[in-house]
Amino acid sequence: MITSDIYKTDITPTWCPGCGNFGIWMALKNALTKLAVPNHNVVIVYGVGCHGNMRDWMHVYGVEGLHGRALPVAQGIKLANSKLTVIAVTGDGDCIGEGGNHFLHAAKRNPNITVLVHDNQVYGLTTGQASPTAQKGLETKSTPGGVMELPLNPLSLALVAGGTFVSRGFAGDIPQLTEILAKAILHKGFSVVDILQPCVTFDKIHDYGWYRKRIYTVEPQKEKHTALEKSMEWGDTIPLGVLYQEQKETSEDREAVARTPLVDFPLGIPKRDDFLNMFQ
Amino acid sequence: MKNFVTWKIGGEAGFGIISAGSMLVKAFSRRGFYTTASNEYPSLIRGGHNVITVGVGTLPFHSLHKTLDILIALNSETVEIHTNELHEGSYVVFDPKDVTPNSSDFPPNTRLIALPMSDIVKNLNATVLMRNTVALGATIALLGADFSILTDVIETQFKKKGKTIIDENIAVAQAGYDGIKKTYGSLNGWYLDAPKQPFGKLVMNGSEAVGVGALDGGMKFAAIYPMTPINSLITLFTDHKKELGITYIQPEDEIAGINMAIGASIAGVRSMVATSGGGFALMVEGLSLSGITEVPLVIDLGMRPGPATGMPTWTEQGELLFVIHSGHGEFARIILSPGDITECYQLSQIAFDLAQTYQVPVFILTDKYLNESIWCADKSVFDAPKMPQDGKRVTEKSISPDFKRYDMSPSDGISERSVPGTEKGLYIANSYEHDEKGFTTEDPLIRKSMTDKRLRKLTAIISHSPTPVIYGDTDSELTFVSFGSTKGPILEAMKILQEKGMRTKLIHFSWVYPLDGEKLKKLLQSEKRLVDVEGNGTGQLAKLIMQVSGVDIQEKLLKYDGRQWYPEEIIENLKF
Repeated sequence: MITSDIYKTDITPTWCPGCGNFGIWMALKNALTKLAVPNHNVVIVYGVGCHGNMRDWMHVYGVEGLHGRALPVAQGIKLANSKLTVIAVTGDGDCIGEGGNHFLHAAKRNPNITVLVHDNQVYGLTTGQASPTAQKGLETKSTPGGVMELPLNPLSLALVAGGTFVSRGFAGDIPQLTEILAKAILHKGFSVVDILQPCVTFDKIHDYGWYRKRIYTVEPQKEKHTALEKSMEWGDTIPLGVLYQEQKETSEDREAVARTPLVDFPLGIPKRDDFLNMFQ
Repeated sequence: MKNFVTWKIGGEAGFGIISAGSMLVKAFSRRGFYTTASNEYPSLIRGGHNVITVGVGTLPFHSLHKTLDILIALNSETVEIHTNELHEGSYVVFDPKDVTPNSSDFPPNTRLIALPMSDIVKNLNATVLMRNTVALGATIALLGADFSILTDVIETQFKKKGKTIIDENIAVAQAGYDGIKKTYGSLNGWYLDAPKQPFGKLVMNGSEAVGVGALDGGMKFAAIYPMTPINSLITLFTDHKKELGITYIQPEDEIAGINMAIGASIAGVRSMVATSGGGFALMVEGLSLSGITEVPLVIDLGMRPGPATGMPTWTEQGELLFVIHSGHGEFARIILSPGDITECYQLSQIAFDLAQTYQVPVFILTDKYLNESIWCADKSVFDAPKMPQDGKRVTEKSISPDFKRYDMSPSDGISERSVPGTEKGLYIANSYEHDEKGFTTEDPLIRKSMTDKRLRKLTAIISHSPTPVIYGDTDSELTFVSFGSTKGPILEAMKILQEKGMRTKLIHFSWVYPLDGEKLKKLLQSEKRLVDVEGNGTGQLAKLIMQVSGVDIQEKLLKYDGRQWYPEEIIENLKF
């Protein structure tokens, strides 16, 4: 029997004590354990931010990319070798700010990858500026008078752009997050898991208690528009769970090489003479 | 009889200018002639002034000449704009419905040939857009060629559209041919000689040659955001991706493109991107990622005039120093700059092996002139592709138990590389500084050793770098220096200078970076007179040569008006 320990290295994490990232890390290892994916068949692509520091503590193939660019790298890997389990571990500033365009287009294409959005409303690694998902009024280092605009909502964006698995978890509920992540990884298509994550150092308002008072679990919505409505519910109540799931053709399905991973194809030009004759 | 003819057709966009030129090229190359075609067009889809210039020769040649032997005008503007490119004895074919040219506006003995192209298509119930086909028929007559060379190409060109369309085009072309034969049958000033070696040639543009080279180099994944001048590479890949077993993906932007290609390469697939200067500017961050993660990557950069949007559909060689210095941080790279389609093919193939061997980004530095011009090469050029070399890539069988992806011990700085799915090959491709397993580190000793390891690859590359290719007289009184597509016009200029009794040589850098400074110094110091010829305003190659070898080339011919060099211009600009 495998335990979640096979997915961790012996390096000690450096996240702040109480950081929501611990819960997400645990849930991710649990989900991989549950699905029994061999370490060498997992590739995790990380963005840059506190979340990304997870790379040194996971015993799988890792790619630490550039800030905001995890999704294109993850799509390249999946298109090259569709046998791999490809997961993008990203942050809210990383994935919705710097990488917002990549997020929308990944949802549009529907690659069979899973993206975790560590959503804590702040840029922790640069000492606490507001992220694109910061709630209006939140006072941060870059918004001393409070955030002026309404936040971007990763779930609504994913739904509108064509995401086929749209879900939200909470870093403080590891069993539920494990379930959601396992379903997300199993889903054939672009799976978004927005994870509410308290930043215990830079956000004194949205702590574990704040979230616990508000969160509740919803069932998957049959219609996209009701899922969209649920995704926008934020205030006294905040829904968690898989909000929406549908089956659609994936990026890899559309490729000629869908049945054989690209990496296993022979190099060179098949029927080369015929191909070159085109240029006569 | 002539052994070389320069022909130009001009008209509005949408008049079939480019297709007329490319059909003419194919018609003659199939019969063993050497051909090339270069198009000029503004950045719009309808209207504007479009031209394509075609050279047809019985012997190999390297570039077009500026003076025109035959000008075909599908509107009055073409006559007005290109009169100054004509010479004594040129032919001008025009439609009397468009323009009434006055012979005093032309060089002496210009033959003004009125061909009622609009009436011809009207009489055959064809559309006005088929005047280009009338012009093609007329051209075949003026060059004294057999009409059947055109029917061949028409049949290929319209194969998908069916017999009716083919017959209609042949009838229209025949009418153009007959129109010349009947009225101007005695004109034989531009009749072409028979080709010397009537065997198979392949015709393609520079982008397509890069594509074929890439495919022979084992390329399986391309993520390319559309941009002039590399769009026909996208067309080649998308049209044939199924039969080729490759993946082409159109990314949302160039940033995504390079990151996807890096991802595919990490997963073990040979990958590439292609773009122009502006798109590459967006890729620079990703280039740096491939530098620190040591991921093989090939970048085809088709240069065009900047800054910013500049002149999108024209040509320039302005990105050499940008590419050399691009990317934050210090890391090795290789830059190849093909001078013709043979080199586009060969160097693109080699680029993928170099990327695999050294685990560095490799550039194919092309330009609009090379990419979009149509060229022909002997079929033998493409005969024997090399087997792709995987460098230090390890497999499940060959991997050692203590595998370290970023092993610092090799003297050439090149470590073994595993791909995901390999059981004992786990590592982190880490954009942060890392140790030999890929784990993040800020340790000063490891940082220094890891930087040294990466930079040792540069030394290894230099020690294996080929010397520049030398053409012409060993004992030359004048030595040209160039990179990329400037090669062709220089070689043609050298022919003209040779006829004038001048001994010249060309030192061409198709491998342009990194260079071996000491070797270069020895090579250049013994030359009597060095002349640098470049398609930019600052002499970027000369600066690079100065930097690595200390040789300061004073005499520079620089062109940066968006047009390629012509051999005549090189000679005009030389001081005698």
